[in-house]
Amino acid sequence: MMLRPRTDRQAGPASSARADKGLPPAARALLVLALLAVFAGLVLAVLSLSEPAPGLAAAVDERIDESGVSHPVTAVLLNFRGYDTLLELVVLVLAVMGAWSVGRARGCAGNVPGPLLRQLPRLMAPLMVLVAGYLLWVGAHAPGGAFQAGSLLGGVGILLCLSGYPLPGWANGPALRVSAVLGVAVFAALGVVAALLPGGAPLDWPPAQAKTLILTIELAAMLSIGVVLAALFAGGRP
Amino acid sequence: MTQPVFWALVGMALVVLALYALIVHAHLLRKVLALNVMSSGVFLVFIGLARRTPGEDVPMAADPVPQAMVLTGIVVAVAATGLALALIVRLRVLTGRTTLGDDTGD
Amino acid sequence: MPLDPSGPGLAGPAWMLAVVFLPLAGALLCFLLPRLAAPVGLVAAALTAASTLALTLAVMADGTARTQLGGWAAPLGILWRADGLSVALLAMTAAVGVTVSLYATAYFRNDEHERTFFWPLWLLLWTALNALFVSADLFNLYVTLELLGFAAASLTALGGSAAALTGAIRYLLVSVLGSLSYLLGVALIYHGCGTVDLALVAACVPDAPRPAMQVAAGAMIAGLLLKTALFPFHFWLPPAHGSAPAPVSAVLSALVVKASFYLVLRLWVDVLGGGGRWVAELLGVLGAAAVLWGSVLALRQERLKLLIAYSTVAQVGYLFIAFPLAVAGGAVAWTGALYLALAHGLAKAAMFLSAGNLLRFGGHDRIAELDSAVHRLPLTLTAFALAGVSIMGLPPSGGFIGKWLLLEAAFEQERFGLVAVILLGGVLAAAYVFKVVGHAFTPAARERRIRAVPPGMEWSALLLAAAAIVLGLTLPLISPLLQLGPASAASAVTLAAGGGA
Repeated sequence: MMLRPRTDRQAGPASSARADKGLPPAARALLVLALLAVFAGLVLAVLSLSEPAPGLAAAVDERIDESGVSHPVTAVLLNFRGYDTLLELVVLVLAVMGAWSVGRARGCAGNVPGPLLRQLPRLMAPLMVLVAGYLLWVGAHAPGGAFQAGSLLGGVGILLCLSGYPLPGWANGPALRVSAVLGVAVFAALGVVAALLPGGAPLDWPPAQAKTLILTIELAAMLSIGVVLAALFAGGRP
Repeated sequence: MTQPVFWALVGMALVVLALYALIVHAHLLRKVLALNVMSSGVFLVFIGLARRTPGEDVPMAADPVPQAMVLTGIVVAVAATGLALALIVRLRVLTGRTTLGDDTGD
Repeated sequence: MPLDPSGPGLAGPAWMLAVVFLPLAGALLCFLLPRLAAPVGLVAAALTAASTLALTLAVMADGTARTQLGGWAAPLGILWRADGLSVALLAMTAAVGVTVSLYATAYFRNDEHERTFFWPLWLLLWTALNALFVSADLFNLYVTLELLGFAAASLTALGGSAAALTGAIRYLLVSVLGSLSYLLGVALIYHGCGTVDLALVAACVPDAPRPAMQVAAGAMIAGLLLKTALFPFHFWLPPAHGSAPAPVSAVLSALVVKASFYLVLRLWVDVLGGGGRWVAELLGVLGAAAVLWGSVLALRQERLKLLIAYSTVAQVGYLFIAFPLAVAGGAVAWTGALYLALAHGLAKAAMFLSAGNLLRFGGHDRIAELDSAVHRLPLTLTAFALAGVSIMGLPPSGGFIGKWLLLEAAFEQERFGLVAVILLGGVLAAAYVFKVVGHAFTPAARERRIRAVPPGMEWSALLLAAAAIVLGLTLPLISPLLQLGPASAASAVTLAAGGGA
């Protein structure tokens, strides 16, 4: 019974508008009242917060010299709270696994680009890769870093896909899987090695090597983020 | 009202509006959009309040820790959106439906 | 906590690293080597289970294990902390995890697509559970919650049917909504306290701005209740758990629901310092409603997997009946609820694995047509019946001990309404278990097409069911791990008692 297509609701937005009317006006009014009460509570909570604000800005500032980078957000992301970032890379890989498990991607070869999309990637793609590299490098001391750079790389992938650029065969096979997990693998492997050093802890970068380690991790993470975002855009396994 | 508090209140308003949209709209794409608006609201609260006056003599303009946390949250939200869209597209291909339907209970 | 260290052990931190990173490494390898997913996954599962056992023994010997990730101390860095409560849930996860892994090698043998994706997703789910149980950082817990939700939703969709996809989408939306509510609470706590470390937040809460802390606690706990499927937030659970492949249903019902319950308990006891009387009463009422509503709906189901799923809704209710009892001073109620959580984990996994066997055997799970299964699948039926004994709460099972402790607390406080609900829930559970067993014992009316069930699948189910029974005999061994909070709950300043939340 579940497999029977619901033809009466196939038409997308129009049918959703009909479904939207499912909630009776009384229930809707009740919902609005309840949500207003919730909002009042949330406002009260925000207004009760005191100034001067407690926070960790001073603590970050105090230890930033040992972190290997000079930009505070990068220091938090890849050193002080690097474990969060590792798990976040795992979340990205997991999203790709989940998307791949439900179906196949339509593929990019079928996209027929207009005149603009035919010319744009030639110009933009190399430039975007260059800017991604710059953002990665500048992240150590200014806003930037692996996520911003990886998002740009993902954008390159989407642009190439939209313009119908055929990916070489090798890019769809094991290489794609390897580059998707590279960030997590490098980050986790270095994190475990750091724990095995005498007196070390998981993800504990020795200050002298911290800069190199963070840049290595960010390089791998940038590649993985780019690949993962492009793969999520494609929407299924190749 | 200081500027940080103003942004936090805007964030809270976004959260509540998104909760309304999530409950009322049946179309799954709208539900996913509602969750995205809601996460933006939560991030705005988190980030906005980080610009309140810090206690000691701190050289930084804003607390970097919430910024890093929100960056993590954004990536998680992107992953959630990607996964949800993949599932929704598959459901649409399989059944033509773009709503949860009302007959899934049994 | 009763297990506070006499001296810092070095073994604990090493095994904590292993229980988080081994399943992660296994998941990545399974993804990279899809053809070898099953053997690689099984080895990773065995190693993870062995490390969990080692961590449990280390914590029992040396007390709470702690690690500073990145080498940074608390407000700046993230801490891992494994105490008795953590290792009890880690050990239950490992017991269910390694058995489900054995079962899955046989279950997915003939389906290459499901096999290649089950293993990496399942090992990531296990990673998320273990990471959640050892984390002592509110924001890090948010990331583990999301990891857990995405893995669970992806696994729910694995069967690929429209019902599975619908269940998975609803599950994902609910899970993200719950996480966002939790994160909103974390944001308020950070801006009220300037830290997200559990111990530091616990110390800060009494002096922090009260409305912010109350709203934060409310948002976090509401989000987690949604994920725990406490009545009336249970609507998403039966379709998701009922339409997933059997090994997936087993881990969703046995483990994933417990993770958010664990976090509610951890926040309530260790961070918010006992919580308010009024909130506890509300949770108790919802729990009682869940017991009755879930049991009645379970009884009315015609499909076995949905019956088992509604039984989970009911069993989750018992866990929340402990809140009013514990807040009123009966700390034994915590032990009872935790015992029930562990016993339910083992028994419910056994039930879903048995259901998977019956489904494989007959090609369907319509309860009325289960006739004669007992002759062909005696081990599976034994497993289902033994698991049923624990769900009903009959001696000597783990479920019996849990309910007994809850009853003890309820009698002591003369809460006869709760006593009645606990007993009635047991009677209803007996009714729905016998409904299944009774049909299975009926002689077949006519010959049906049947398929053989690999012995590994039958034995895995039986093993878990037996573990749920044996759990009842190990009270002296386990209860030191589950002594929650008489000290911390009584001495700490209650969050909402004064404000009335």
